[in-house]
Amino acid sequence: MQRSDYLIRKVLFGLVTLAVVVGFNFFLFRILPGDPVKSIARSPRLTQEAREKLRIEFGLDKPVFLDVERLGKGDVIGAFDTQFTAYVSALAHGNLGISFRSRRAVSEVLAERVWRTVVLVAAGEMLALVLGTALGLISAWRRGTRVDMGILLWALFCWGLPTFFLGIILLILAQGLLPVGGMVTPGLKPENGWAYWSDVGKHLILPTLTMAIIYTSAYILIMRSSVMEVLSEDYILTAKAKGMSTFRILGSEALKNAILPMVTMIALNLAYTVGGAIQVETVFSWPGIGRLMYEAVTMRDYPVLQGTFLLLAVAVIAANLAADILYSMLDPRVKAG
Amino acid sequence: MQQLEEIWRAFLRKPMGIVGLIMLLAVVFVALSAPWLAPYNPKEKIDVEPGDLLAPPDAEHLLGRDDAGKDVLSQLIYGARVSLTVGFVASFMSMVIGTTMGLIAGYRGGRIDHLSMRLVDFLLVIPVLPLMLVLISIWGRGLWKIILVIGLLGWTITARLVRSQVLSIKERRYILRARAVGASHYRIATRHVFPQVLPLVLAQAVLAVSDAIIAESSLSFLGLGDPMLVSWGMMLNFAFERAISRRAWWFLLPPGFAIVWVSVGLILIGSTLEEIVNPSLKSHHLFDPRQMMARFEGMAPKTPAPDASTGVETERSG
Repeated sequence: MQRSDYLIRKVLFGLVTLAVVVGFNFFLFRILPGDPVKSIARSPRLTQEAREKLRIEFGLDKPVFLDVERLGKGDVIGAFDTQFTAYVSALAHGNLGISFRSRRAVSEVLAERVWRTVVLVAAGEMLALVLGTALGLISAWRRGTRVDMGILLWALFCWGLPTFFLGIILLILAQGLLPVGGMVTPGLKPENGWAYWSDVGKHLILPTLTMAIIYTSAYILIMRSSVMEVLSEDYILTAKAKGMSTFRILGSEALKNAILPMVTMIALNLAYTVGGAIQVETVFSWPGIGRLMYEAVTMRDYPVLQGTFLLLAVAVIAANLAADILYSMLDPRVKAG
Repeated sequence: MQQLEEIWRAFLRKPMGIVGLIMLLAVVFVALSAPWLAPYNPKEKIDVEPGDLLAPPDAEHLLGRDDAGKDVLSQLIYGARVSLTVGFVASFMSMVIGTTMGLIAGYRGGRIDHLSMRLVDFLLVIPVLPLMLVLISIWGRGLWKIILVIGLLGWTITARLVRSQVLSIKERRYILRARAVGASHYRIATRHVFPQVLPLVLAQAVLAVSDAIIAESSLSFLGLGDPMLVSWGMMLNFAFERAISRRAWWFLLPPGFAIVWVSVGLILIGSTLEEIVNPSLKSHHLFDPRQMMARFEGMAPKTPAPDASTGVETERSG
């Protein structure tokens, strides 16, 4: 199979996935119980005319998906003047609607908060990768020993640990030692320079640690099994016979073999990691998009909920596509085609 | 049936599995005998005085009281019912869907196979928890809705595993023979192929129970649990909102450790079963590199014929 074919297929799959998510997002929020205008303009004092005006303003007077009446009259282009096309074109312009609660544009709120989640997820993933790789290597190297058993049990234990509960435990343990809520001590501003950033760093420690501990287990287990697989290969035996030290074998050959599954794991994991970010941000009041989603759920702020879900889904789809592309560059079999 | 007996005998030789089984049975026992074990009825209306709210443990209330003055231990005991119901029913749903999809995809092959595997790929890149949050907030909170959402989203890995097994089984001689004597596809799939994948499905089912219990507790913690029932996740939601500043550990820690207890028990059982029925997997299927590679269907060079004895996932090169 040619590499370009492979890439085209992956990009196509990504685009189809994206289209399905957009369509899904649209229909899901149309089947809301009750009239959307009622929930937008909750005030019962609104007159009938004002309500009608709102309906037109939000395009809710139009048919949902396809104007069959106009299609019957031969007006093919007019038949697509519907809520769905309005939604898609608004989306293309980066318009995600207005938050019910804060009355601000959803895209604006998301843009303001997204980097905080990116920092948290990146820091957590990085720490998890480092810890997972190290523990997985040790575990495979010392397979069958107590060390191996201990690491395995630890990984299984973390697998069964709900993210939010680990967060709560760390929060209780660290009370008084580290800041346990928010992103920065009130009063500090970016203009304060170093004091501000080190304070943010301190606030980041507990959420990062929570995410890292939860996601380490997957990396430990995948590292362990792929290293064990390499260690049983003939060329490792040859390398050993030639006098290559165990340490170097582990460092070069074993790691090389583990890179591909690791890349895949990171991308696959991301779909779960954003779920973890919601929980961690909720526990530690980290003001990212995870916390935003939690607030939107409790406040029934549907436009924010819809926008956040779309952003998260797009991010994960894009990351998976990136992993697929990276994979095709790392795997020599693809080049050979 | 003989096969299941063999698995059971192998299971009894694995200490980790037995520990897990005992852990699970303890929770099942507590859930079944909740009305007799619980010192108080959590639904009963009680008169409380200000001092009773978040009162620390004493002889009458072994785990203290919650923010409404109710006995924490009783709620914990009844909470086992919610967790186990969600876990087992959602897992059963996932297994029925996943096995059916895997059987059809693997057995029929062709376009159906391709489409269903793309559906699996699609569901794997959708962030699950955010999707559940969206679905439940729109649909409304309720036990059955939670079960349905978890069950409908949890079948993907089972479908893929069953499919790869079926791919290897269907080339075996006795299947070809059954075909030659004129058995229908339906009969072959249900009578000959299904029993072969059943042990693997059982291992998956146990792991899926644990996943479902954690998912339910996360949803409840985020405020989307069934308002009529007190689940462990819901207790944690209340405790986190109100008890943490008062350092009421007796309200905060027990429900969390209960979740960890039951899910670790299930994971121990599940991974032991997996080790027995599928020796090629050295650990949980999610962490097996070969399973990871299977995602890149079509990239690998021509792979050898599916290995029937180990069930190693081998993909057709496209």
